[in-house]
Amino acid sequence: MKKRLFSLLLALVLMISLALPAFAAREEITVYNWGQYISDGTDGSLDVIAAFEEETGIHVNYITFDSNESMYTKLKTGGASYDVIIPSDYMIGKLIEEDMLEPLDFSNIPNYAGIDEAFRNQAYDPENAYSVPYTWGTVGLIYNRQYVSDEDAQSWSCLWNSKYAGKILMFDNPRDAFAIAESILGYSLNTTDENELRQCADLLAQQKPVLQAYVMDQIFDKMQRGEAWVAPYYAGDYLTMVEENPDLGFSHPKEGFNIFIDAMCIPKGCQNKAGAEAFINFLCRPDISAANLDYIGYSTPISAAKEYMDEEVITNPVSYPDDETLARSESFSALPIDATQTMNDLWLSVKTAGANTTLYLIATLAAVALVIVFFILKNACRRRKIARRCRKWKST
Amino acid sequence: MRNKLLAAPYIVWMALFIVVPLGIVVYYALTDSITGQFTLSNLTGMGAYLSIFLRSIWLSLFAALICLVIGYPVAYFISQCSASRQRFLQMLIMLPMCMSFLLRTLAWVAMLEDTGIFNTFLSHLGIAPLPLIRTSGAVILGMVYNYLPYMILPLLSVMSKLDPRLIEAAADLGCPPSKVFSKVILPLSYPGILSGLTMVFVPAVSTFYISQKLGSTGTTLIGDVIESQFKTAYNPNLGAAMSLVLMILIFACVSIMNRFGESGDEEVMAKV
Amino acid sequence: MKHFNRTVTVLVFIFLYIPMIVLGVASFNSGTDIASFKGFTLGQYVNLFRDRSLLALLGNSLIIAVLSTLIATVMGTMAAVGIHNMNGRLRRAVMALTDIPMTNPDIVTGVALALLFAFTGTMLRINSILGFWTLLIAHITFNLPYVILNVMPKLKQMDRDLVEAALDLGCTPFQAFYKVVIHEIMPGILAGALMAFTMSLDDFVISYFVTGSSFITLPVEIYNYTKKPIPPKIYALFTLMFLVILVLMIAMNLLQLRSSKNARHERVQRRARA
Repeated sequence: MKKRLFSLLLALVLMISLALPAFAAREEITVYNWGQYISDGTDGSLDVIAAFEEETGIHVNYITFDSNESMYTKLKTGGASYDVIIPSDYMIGKLIEEDMLEPLDFSNIPNYAGIDEAFRNQAYDPENAYSVPYTWGTVGLIYNRQYVSDEDAQSWSCLWNSKYAGKILMFDNPRDAFAIAESILGYSLNTTDENELRQCADLLAQQKPVLQAYVMDQIFDKMQRGEAWVAPYYAGDYLTMVEENPDLGFSHPKEGFNIFIDAMCIPKGCQNKAGAEAFINFLCRPDISAANLDYIGYSTPISAAKEYMDEEVITNPVSYPDDETLARSESFSALPIDATQTMNDLWLSVKTAGANTTLYLIATLAAVALVIVFFILKNACRRRKIARRCRKWKST
Repeated sequence: MRNKLLAAPYIVWMALFIVVPLGIVVYYALTDSITGQFTLSNLTGMGAYLSIFLRSIWLSLFAALICLVIGYPVAYFISQCSASRQRFLQMLIMLPMCMSFLLRTLAWVAMLEDTGIFNTFLSHLGIAPLPLIRTSGAVILGMVYNYLPYMILPLLSVMSKLDPRLIEAAADLGCPPSKVFSKVILPLSYPGILSGLTMVFVPAVSTFYISQKLGSTGTTLIGDVIESQFKTAYNPNLGAAMSLVLMILIFACVSIMNRFGESGDEEVMAKV
Repeated sequence: MKHFNRTVTVLVFIFLYIPMIVLGVASFNSGTDIASFKGFTLGQYVNLFRDRSLLALLGNSLIIAVLSTLIATVMGTMAAVGIHNMNGRLRRAVMALTDIPMTNPDIVTGVALALLFAFTGTMLRINSILGFWTLLIAHITFNLPYVILNVMPKLKQMDRDLVEAALDLGCTPFQAFYKVVIHEIMPGILAGALMAFTMSLDDFVISYFVTGSSFITLPVEIYNYTKKPIPPKIYALFTLMFLVILVLMIAMNLLQLRSSKNARHERVQRRARA
């Protein structure tokens, strides 16, 4: 018995000592990025993180999120610290407003010089103190040419078309979903008018019966396999999907669409600022940016990187649309806090709407009534039984 | 030996990590998400989610009852086997519980999808694909699949302790098999049925993964909403209020179920 | 009737194991689509062993499971003995405390702990409080009731006179506890520990709410994977784990079988000698 206990303890000590190196002090950074948003070495691409680790010796702890909102929630909930985050424009504006970002030390990021003038000093970060652009891109409609006609796919209303019921996917985050409704109704993508937002929510609620699901990164799988036929998503990801399924098509809908910049930032409470800046600098190196974006399919804000990329990629109208198309685009800006709150509440009501409350209510009330009747009957039965027994006892 | 103090670390631990957190849940449920001020609006707004609560309860109740109906014969069959066989079969029931339920649910998705295994098979036979996934039925199937072992194991533990002499005696005294079942076996297995129903109902009513994967946009369950408030929408106050209501509902449901059981127990006692 | 029960049992076992077969087959699939078999390959297993991070996550899960089981078993056994010596109202109160995490849905326990940790984090100004320790605390918390509920019945079955006898024969109370009580309730302790270990190893819901960025367990990472296109090496990992657990369980079964046979054999021999 004692011996067994001893050996158990020994095994435990061994295990802990094996695990300890993981806790030991070595330089590391935590990078919090979108899913499917870095070249990871599959299919012969460059493994960006491994390359960075090899060059600098800094270990990268890499984790992913699937929407700006879930990233924000994780930051806000606290309890975990990150060194580099890569949110989109409007979210950066919100984070700056709430004083959640660290100003960057640009002397540690010399490669910032390569960023095109057009991507500096954006509205979300007017003095460009907090962010370094990672990619930019547009939102469009991805559809399966086998089942969805090209004419239908020129408009967002395709996502409401009952012809494709059960085969339609939708964004699973309020900002992108509302943007589509806003485009259809002809409102600004940055509207704060409660009435307009309410109309958008109604429109989104109407869409529910024909939807297959609200998804983010699962869209890859579903579109590639033909499980779903039409979905709104980011242009760069379309290029990844079309490699797996050549039937897929892409359109920038006529009602207008969102254009976005995703940028690298350092949140307050980071553990290794210098390491984070080294990572940002590394990703801004033209050759790295080229290899990285070649794989993920998004558009680069670094013109010098285009020299390293295929001619075919740089002239692709999906990732680099012409000016006529871009005229229909609008970027997001950070909404005031009460508009965000309204949008979140409406989004929750959209997602929870559509149940047949009365039916459930009637069923539940009936069940409760049955339970009560059961107990009453049971009591009555028992009382009668006892009475009978008493009578029997008396008569004997 | 007479040392009650041995339980002290445990009580302190549970107070710190069970009671205090529940207090914090109450605190969050009663404060506003933006201003941090005291408010009842999180709880009074709960009426909007009534249909979601009711749907969660109904679906998981159905799942629990189906588990009982198919779990009972299985438990009974296993309890009649020889000891070594019984151990082996029990192990086979427990084995799925050790494996990741996320991946097992995902396997069901792969089977039921429109382009999934069943429908591909059907299309080879020339039958049009059936709408298998994204229905309430699929969600119930997922719940039954995931929580069936939680029904079988408690039933089994009660039935394997059942004294075979009681059954023999009843049969010898001229009881037909159907009566033996309804008057002896069934009443004696009430405790197992009850704990089985609870063990299926509680995780099923609060699930969020199963409905996300197998359900449609119209089968959102309360677990989905709570999860979204903590993981994407950043409104822990609303999420806490929902958790609180869910907890109270579950305690109510479980105590009603136990009431059924109590009356059953009394009857058994009366007969013995 | 017997035939009916047998058929239902067979059908239920098929029902329970179909998904495992699907995942097992998928692990040998050369395509990435789980629903269509493109061709046989062992490549997914090669990919799995090349992927250091996935194996490290399995290690994380094991460390948490072993540590939380050990601590919960020790603390839970002590508590069970303590509760056993209580009476009346106090005992009922403590058992009610034990019942809370058992009836509470996992999601509520997880959310409550997450709020507690976030709250403590802001109070103490610790930036990255979520991690190894919070995960360990959460796992110990939900493991404790399993240990207690397994040990309590064994304590109830134990003959109280045994301890008295040991004390009369000159044992110190500690020796009596160590040599008699522990020995008597050992099966309960082991069953509780085993249950705690499996619960801890496969726990997703509670871990999901209390993990940070620095220390993640396998189920949480699998959940992250299911939100993206799943790399098939996950299926390979699943299949391997399935086989390992199957072999372990069968081995345990055989050992038990042999020991019970041995015990019977000994008993027979002893009786023959007597």
